[in-house]
Amino acid sequence: MAKKSYREAINEAIAQEMRRDENVLVWGEDNAGGAGGEGEQDAWGGVLGVTKGLLGEFGPERVLDTPISESAFIGAAVGAAATGLRPVAELMFADFMGVCFDQIYNQAAKFRYMFGGKAVTPLVIRTMYGAGFRAASQHSQTLYPMFTHIPGLKVIVPSSPYDAKGLMIQAIRDDDPCIFFENKVMYDDEEEVPDDSYTIPFGEANVIREGEDATIVAFGRMVGMARQAADALEKEGISCTVVDPRTTSPLDTDTILECVEDTGRLVVVDEGYPRCSMASDVSSIVAQHAFKALKGPIQMVTAPHAPVPFSPELEDEYVPNADKIVAAVRATLA
Amino acid sequence: MQMNREDLLKSYSTMRTIRDFEERVHEEFASGDIPGFVHLYAGEEASAVGVCSHLENRDVIASTHRGHGHCIAKGCDTREMMLELYGRGEGLCGGKGGSMHIADIEKGMLGANGIVGAGPPLICGAALTAKYKKTGGVAVAFFGDGGSNQGTTLESYNLAKVWNLPVIFVVEDNGYAEATSSSYAVAGDQLDRATGFGMPSARVDGHDYFAVREAAGEMIERARTGGGPSLLHVMLDRFFGHFEGDAMTYRAEGEVQNIRDNKDCLKIFRKRVTEAGLLTDEQLDKIDTDVMAHINACIDESKTASPPSLSTLTTDVYISY
Repeated sequence: MAKKSYREAINEAIAQEMRRDENVLVWGEDNAGGAGGEGEQDAWGGVLGVTKGLLGEFGPERVLDTPISESAFIGAAVGAAATGLRPVAELMFADFMGVCFDQIYNQAAKFRYMFGGKAVTPLVIRTMYGAGFRAASQHSQTLYPMFTHIPGLKVIVPSSPYDAKGLMIQAIRDDDPCIFFENKVMYDDEEEVPDDSYTIPFGEANVIREGEDATIVAFGRMVGMARQAADALEKEGISCTVVDPRTTSPLDTDTILECVEDTGRLVVVDEGYPRCSMASDVSSIVAQHAFKALKGPIQMVTAPHAPVPFSPELEDEYVPNADKIVAAVRATLA
Repeated sequence: MQMNREDLLKSYSTMRTIRDFEERVHEEFASGDIPGFVHLYAGEEASAVGVCSHLENRDVIASTHRGHGHCIAKGCDTREMMLELYGRGEGLCGGKGGSMHIADIEKGMLGANGIVGAGPPLICGAALTAKYKKTGGVAVAFFGDGGSNQGTTLESYNLAKVWNLPVIFVVEDNGYAEATSSSYAVAGDQLDRATGFGMPSARVDGHDYFAVREAAGEMIERARTGGGPSLLHVMLDRFFGHFEGDAMTYRAEGEVQNIRDNKDCLKIFRKRVTEAGLLTDEQLDKIDTDVMAHINACIDESKTASPPSLSTLTTDVYISY
């Protein structure tokens, strides 16, 4: 087992599935990078290099560059999935869903239901999310709550290289449309990742540590922040459970409720906007089903109800961090 | 391509089935028994059947909100379609789709669609599947003059050409996007749009089954043999409004009656084949009688059929969850 980055883990997952199943194809803007030019044909491997090298192994019939036409090529992924392929399409930045959302939420998500259970649409849409790149309001959003809202979609938010590989392989093998959210700040994070193929089931939360005083539920990049906060609080004698749901749809509500029953306190950490968010969703579920176990008010640590700013000082203030989580845990214990 | 007598009878029967299906749905909708929105295809039959008479199960089509004609032409079961329109449990989609979402993927019918312009991107994907798997299949996107103005459609022209996909884009131009005339809402010429993307194109009289069939046949053959996408601009008319209940006050006085009298594709077909001595009035009359009896039986059954079990409310949202 070797150390691999979040980027390498995702790349390896896709490559292993492409070797296993010839119906797995990859396409998106610059997914090879260089088509039609006189230079390198595999110049980019996606704008941040996640699909680098796939063209060389699998060729241009299975790794396709696209025009900048998200409606057409995301829609084509839906149509291809419904007719026998298993596309892994890249919607580069999640913010771009605005130009192709119909094909995701009215088409892919609803085929099976509207067609009376007779459609199978095994589609993976990979997309990058999150602040921290100084990329401002249209390249930095955390939009998985909007996809989580839609019945028919599965939404995956891996928080580590190990999880990213296992969840990606699961997503490619899954027969429902999956939206796979990759945090762009985490691409160079490294950890031990097995070389062999493995899957992580959807809807099974990872309880990263168990404590007695409060439960912190965190998503994606925020899982790392929650761990830092828990480490800091441990030194003060406050012990926290940290739960990473891994997927927001399906959501492992059982594990979340069990942890809150044990600790009596809940802090939810999400990089997304606060309204109609994963933070508000988890808070609502706990308030409905574990109210009597609560010993203090639920705390939400999220971005503010504002677009992601450009200035580094403003952006750093915008994103949740370990200090804010620590403060929230103290608030619920107060 | 020469058609034998059996092909001619089949095409007439399919067009007649669409016509009677729509005319009877029009009557029954007025009585209040059919829930929801219904958009009728009557008058446009020569387009769906002219194109789909070339197609096989390996070929895929995507349709529109005005989809009944395409569904029937691609082989969807009319009894199950009617049950679906009535929201019944035995409907083609279990009563969960309704008029705007009739689909039968095994037959290559990728769905009527409630979103204008949604079909062309989907059909690019179906075409990529056919190309990658080397099935020899083609994919056809039907859309209206309204759908021709969606960005999704124009993006799909580009993608289909860039990827050299076996696609036929069929613009069914009935002159109105809802209540707004295509003479107002469509800039330029549909064929020039195709030329702009480097696609071969043709315009045909959509009241003439044989003209549609011939032009579509060339495009389908080109697509099957690796020649890439084409665009067919079909000029036709709808007998009814945008949706059932539309009083059509935006249409000229006498416009629809003139179309019914002089531009009815079924009458034109009948005249052509009987004058050429290919089929007899008796043969066609028998089809008329049989089809109407079948459609009436579908309606009678649908009126009293059972609704879906309430236990299906949340089934088939996912395959596994």
